Amino acid sequence: MRNIVALVSGLVFGVGLVVSDMINPARVRGFLDLFGGAWDPTLAFVMGGALTVMALAWLMTSRRSGSLLGYSLPGKPSGTIDGRLLGGAAVFGLGWGLVGLCPGPAIAGLFLGGWPVLMFIAAMLAGMMAFSLINRTA
Amino acid sequence: MNFVLNDALAGLAGGALIGLAAAILLLGNGRIAGISGILGALVNTSLPATWRENLLFVAGLAVAPVAYAAMVAPPDINITTSVPLLIAGGLLVGFGSRLGSGCTSGHGVCGMSRLSPRSIVSTLTFMAVAIAVVAAMSAVMA
Repeated sequence: MRNIVALVSGLVFGVGLVVSDMINPARVRGFLDLFGGAWDPTLAFVMGGALTVMALAWLMTSRRSGSLLGYSLPGKPSGTIDGRLLGGAAVFGLGWGLVGLCPGPAIAGLFLGGWPVLMFIAAMLAGMMAFSLINRTA
Repeated sequence: MNFVLNDALAGLAGGALIGLAAAILLLGNGRIAGISGILGALVNTSLPATWRENLLFVAGLAVAPVAYAAMVAPPDINITTSVPLLIAGGLLVGFGSRLGSGCTSGHGVCGMSRLSPRSIVSTLTFMAVAIAVVAAMSAVMA
């Protein structure tokens, strides 16, 4: 059952990225291009829609001890703001700004985006593997 | 690319679907739909017990747009970044999202919607940096 839930979630996520056009890096960079004179606010609407639905989901979990299928829920969020959080976000933002792709839209474009998306995914996975290796030896 | 009202409505609808997808994973499996976390666990030095569901989530994410393209319309995927910067961008996105424990989905959607202080700080940080990068690239090319 967990596998089916994960597959359905991935499918819906993928449709959401296409419908919202967040699969298109040009659209994302249009939002990030605040000072270019042709700002594209679409991403703000996407975040608004996603945050509204997800906030309701969190509200539904607030009076439950487990998920609807009986699995344990994530713990309370930590308030620790450290260098790792800030540094990671800055490094991520650097790459996101350069290309306009983040992990979700990259994977959603796997079969549709041609070689630029494939190269980006390969580099992204290499970056993740590099982190795993460093994190293990650190 | 010109923004029109339809883009706002499509953005809201697509965003609601993204929220729904994250809600399904949370309410069903009790998990956060953070793509970098799910992908990172698949390329980690040791595979977690949840690797099958991680792989199925990723498969759904990759296949759904293909089905949508066949049934409705193929999306534009327009990348203007040069190859060296494209590869640098991928490396930075992969490494940074793992170092910072999340990306636009994990921190931006799942964390911010529960008002996690870490996720709010992370999202503001990567947004600000990405905006600065785009502005700097425009300035260099102008």
